[in-house]
Amino acid sequence: MRTLAALLVGVMFGAGLALSDMINPARVQAFLDVAGAWDPTLLFVMVAAIPPSAVAYLIRRRMYRPLFSERFFIPESRTLDWRLFSGAVLFGVGWGLAGFCPGPALASIVLGVWQPWLFVAAMIVGMALHRVTPPARVALSKSQQV
Amino acid sequence: MEPLSPLMPLTGGLLIGLAAALFLLLNGRIAGVSGMAARATGIASEGAPWPSAIAFVVGLPAGAAIVAHLIRQPDIAVTSSAPVLVAAGLLVGYGTRLGNGCTSGHGVCGIARLSPRSIAATVTFMASAALAVFISRHVVGG
Repeated sequence: MRTLAALLVGVMFGAGLALSDMINPARVQAFLDVAGAWDPTLLFVMVAAIPPSAVAYLIRRRMYRPLFSERFFIPESRTLDWRLFSGAVLFGVGWGLAGFCPGPALASIVLGVWQPWLFVAAMIVGMALHRVTPPARVALSKSQQV
Repeated sequence: MEPLSPLMPLTGGLLIGLAAALFLLLNGRIAGVSGMAARATGIASEGAPWPSAIAFVVGLPAGAAIVAHLIRQPDIAVTSSAPVLVAAGLLVGYGTRLGNGCTSGHGVCGIARLSPRSIAATVTFMASAALAVFISRHVVGG
């Protein structure tokens, strides 16, 4: 059931990215290009995506455990450290340069263009590089995901 | 590029938000794509169970393909050259591991639960992305 739920969530997520045009790098870059012909699309996506997610976090408080897992896995860390900021800066630069972030890049690999494949391959190499970098190993073991 | 009717991003966003909500209530986890990708490839040693991560990652293109066939064929307009795509991919891969998340985990899920780390990360990557676009379009290129 857990795996099936993950598949359904992935499908909904991918469909949402395609429907909202967040899958199109030009659309994302037009949002980020505050000095050019600014496109508000990404803002609409965030405005619509956050409330259902927020409601789920409120419901979660009244639940002992999720339906298909033994417990919730929500990161509790509130510490703002250099890793969070430098990671976000690096991610942002890559996101701005290509117009792809991980979700849209993965979602668009079946849509008949080659660029997402190259981007995803480089992204996986980047993730693996983080894994093998000595200071990063500490980050990986100390902090939870997100 | 043509302006898009707000109905599309609002519906798409709602779908993304519902997906994140379901993942939390059913599996108890954050719907963060970078974390799932790292888990699916075996790069992350912690996180969602491997079959779930694989299913989620496979679901993304499947969902996009369904929309492309039934509702609208999205245009994937990539302006970056191959070397830029490689550099950007490396930065996104490394950066999302170092910063523990991307637009989905920090941007959608993190803001929804008012996580200070996620809000700080989202403001930071939005700013650095806007700066990267500004420099590449209006300073270097353009």
